[in-house]
Amino acid sequence: MLSVGLSIVSLARFQFAMTTVFHFFFVPFSIGMGCLVAVMETIYAVKKDKVYLDMAKFWGKIFLLSFAVGIVTGIIQEFQFGMNWSEYSRFMGDVFGAPLAIEALLAFFIESVFIGIWMFTWDRFKPGVHAFMIWMTSIGTMLSAIWILAANSFMQHPTGFKINGSTGRIQLTNFGDVITNPQLWRVFPHVILAAILTAGVVIAGMSAWGLLRKKKGENLFFKKSLRFGLWVSMIFAILSAAAGDFQTQQIIKDQPMKFAATEGIYKTTKDPAPWTIVESIDAKGHKASHQVDIPAALSILAYHKASGSVKGMNEINAEMHKTYDKKFGKDMDYYVPPKTMFWSFRVMTGIDALIMLVALFGLIWSRKNKYTIENKKWFLVVLGLCIWVPFIGNSAGWFITEFGRYPWIVYGLFTIAQAVSPTSTVASLLFSNIIYFCLFTLLGGVMVWYCRKTLHHGPYYEEKDSIENVDPFAKEAFEK
Amino acid sequence: MTLSILWFLIIGLLFAIFLFLEGFDFGVGMATRLIAHNLDEREALMSSIGPHWDGNETWLVTAGGAMFASLPLWYASLFSGYYYVLLLVLVGLILRGVSFEFTKHAETKTGKNIWLWAFFIGSVLPPFLLCMMLLSMVQGIPMNANGDAFPKFFDVVNWLSLVGGVAGVLLSLVHGLNFIRLRLDGPLRDRARALNKIVYPILFAGEVVFAVLVFFQTDFFTKRFGSSLLITVLIVAFSLLGYYGVLKNKEGWSFAGSGLSLSMVIVLLFNGLFPRVMIATNPAHSILIKTAANSHYTLTIMTIVACVLVPIILIYFIWSYTLFTKRINSKDNTVKY
Ligand code: HDD
Ligand code: HEM
Ligand code: HEM
Repeated sequence: MLSVGLSIVSLARFQFAMTTVFHFFFVPFSIGMGCLVAVMETIYAVKKDKVYLDMAKFWGKIFLLSFAVGIVTGIIQEFQFGMNWSEYSRFMGDVFGAPLAIEALLAFFIESVFIGIWMFTWDRFKPGVHAFMIWMTSIGTMLSAIWILAANSFMQHPTGFKINGSTGRIQLTNFGDVITNPQLWRVFPHVILAAILTAGVVIAGMSAWGLLRKKKGENLFFKKSLRFGLWVSMIFAILSAAAGDFQTQQIIKDQPMKFAATEGIYKTTKDPAPWTIVESIDAKGHKASHQVDIPAALSILAYHKASGSVKGMNEINAEMHKTYDKKFGKDMDYYVPPKTMFWSFRVMTGIDALIMLVALFGLIWSRKNKYTIENKKWFLVVLGLCIWVPFIGNSAGWFITEFGRYPWIVYGLFTIAQAVSPTSTVASLLFSNIIYFCLFTLLGGVMVWYCRKTLHHGPYYEEKDSIENVDPFAKEAFEK
Repeated sequence: MTLSILWFLIIGLLFAIFLFLEGFDFGVGMATRLIAHNLDEREALMSSIGPHWDGNETWLVTAGGAMFASLPLWYASLFSGYYYVLLLVLVGLILRGVSFEFTKHAETKTGKNIWLWAFFIGSVLPPFLLCMMLLSMVQGIPMNANGDAFPKFFDVVNWLSLVGGVAGVLLSLVHGLNFIRLRLDGPLRDRARALNKIVYPILFAGEVVFAVLVFFQTDFFTKRFGSSLLITVLIVAFSLLGYYGVLKNKEGWSFAGSGLSLSMVIVLLFNGLFPRVMIATNPAHSILIKTAANSHYTLTIMTIVACVLVPIILIYFIWSYTLFTKRINSKDNTVKY
């Protein structure tokens, strides 16, 4: 029985991980792309420079592809809490449902209605009015992120609730606390900034491929897009890192186990704490051997000063046993998966550094007076390959957040094992996992394929006939 | 009236609006295989709901969210109990949702056809399965004291649920055809009317069988004879109104009639359910609105939020429909991206 019970939980967890990670490939991409397309269209509305209209249209197509997949995978998320985590839904309904319903009312309606208008009214509205539609969509996507993150933040750091004595379920006592949860206002900026970063890198990367193809008439378009994407990447890589640091401060306070695991610290460090770049971890023996250390750097990272020690997992584990044993028993394992945490963090921050570096060189080599980037084929290829990197970064970030919550589904209140549907069976979960896996492979593959196709056709594919009469690069054609 | 009952009504309303709106989307999807003769016509049909389908589907997302936010025990039991049915609903909605974008990007005939088939399948499965699920649940299913539902195969698939599913599909189909008559011009408009002349009589037969089965298989008529009868009559009456509109070529009447009969199906179910939300074979295990509900505090917040936001949503939602009133001609299918 036990082994079956275990595999139901792990299958349900696998399914949640798979479906949200897949959803979250497209969500940040849509959030970021929507915002950047809105910026492009606004620039066009103000400056009347046709290339920005072309940019908005072309990148808008990519945005719509991502948005379509984002929506359909989102619906899975909403159903999934009831289907696989019914005990969780019963326990958390009083708190969790509200943000979810508000998300639908406040965000999803704005998104879905205005994107419908935007898609079909290019020829009907003045540029400014038309740009307003995409701005509404973009605002909708960001509002949507706030509310779902409010729900997630409650799971990470519950606030404004009590446990109902008779039902044993959570009861909301202060909705204000849920939306002013400090966790939320640290997660949200990081997620949004990383989303815009994601879109910026994709624009820069796809433009690099576009430049490599050297198709006639497209050079200006991709040059502009490349610069645009590189600037966004540079700026938002810096901002993301700052926001991530801001978030780290909160985690040290609320979830010390998570922080210790991302740094691979078992024994409480000396003061000041050294920062480990590489180490080998023995998860079973609760030991790690440091291999590359930078003295005092961890204290600076954690406390922004060159002193202070960092608590290790062994000590935190003992503390948690003291706090929770009365309610959850002595057999709980409070260690979070250390290797995943340690390496996810290094992957995520490493990606940030990589993007900054690449963007910096890209910007240097694409300066107006010293434009040499097109002679550096290898660099354009590197830039093109970087398209995939922010997606890995986003997933790694969520791995930290979600695995770092182990063994809780709602921190300190409810464990993952308590949360699964009593009706779930290994067969039903296996079946749905396989179905989702096949569907996702199909959707992901087709979406990437069509993005590639769109790039292949270039921005002037649909305007083939009009291109002959009007030179899209002649600014004068549009100035009265 | 307590807030939990209010939210039961709101959820019903959301589902009813969802069926009214997404019903014609589903019907248009079905019509791509029934009245369209070539790719251009299929794409013309698809584009007639292009700006709207996502907004329409959001009513379902909202209904689900509202259920979670107000009656979470219902959400938990229903969604975990009907696992396979909902999984297939999701597959349908996913295929349909991406088909709009993907058809646009496909360049070969085969490519377009694959996504148009996905569009069709995704338009038939959800209305069939959702109606089947609801009509299975109202007959009473095995449940335990925790509220977990364990419907067996024949609890899910039986005469009433199958007829209910088919009725849902047919109602969506006529609704979709009525929408096509409103939004398109040219041969498709005529063909939609011609097909409706055939489908409506089948639908009436189906509705009679449906009413008889509801009478015998559920406790709707024993518990609430008058209202159940009245609503059943209304379902048929609105369908008759739709048929009248077909015969007399009054497109607005047809559309209103078919939409309202779809919504009335939800009214019938919610009226029969009340004051329960899940019906168990063992009545002691049925879930009641008041036990399924969230705290008064949460419901108050949700009520305020809904009162503020829903009117605003309705304004821009309806406005978005007024932007697309020009008829699409299936001959020169030049709806541009
Ligand atoms: C392109 C994506 C990307 C990049 C380059 C970074 N992050 Fe990140 N990170 C995310 C994308 C992300 C994310 C996917 O958006 C997460 C997941 C949950 C969240 O709040 O944001 C995240 C989570 C996350 C967490 C865990 C939050 C929690 O457990 O609640 C920390 C501590 C950081 N980040 C810190 C950083 C630092 C210090 C970075 C750079 C130096 C950084 N991130 C770059
Ligand atoms: C969209 C980005 C997200 C990603 C990529 C993500 C990723 C993951 C991963 C990897 C797991 C498995 C962790 C484990 O097994 O312990 C997980 C579990 C889970 N996450 Fe998230 N998550 C995301 C957002 C959310 C949000 C916003 C919520 C809630 C609103 C949420 C709720 C859950 C739940 C309920 C589980 C299952 C319990 C568990 O296994 O921990 N996730 N998620
Ligand atoms: C950090 C985590 C998440 C963020 C930031 C987020 C944000 C978004 C955004 C921006 C969209 C619009 C589609 C797109 O842009 O691709 C979307 C779609 C959707 N998401 Fe998520 N989401 C997250 C996780 C979840 C979870 C855990 C759920 C389940 C409760 C969920 C439910 C949905 C639904 C139902 C849709 C479809 C909306 C529609 O029909 O328009 N999302 N989400």
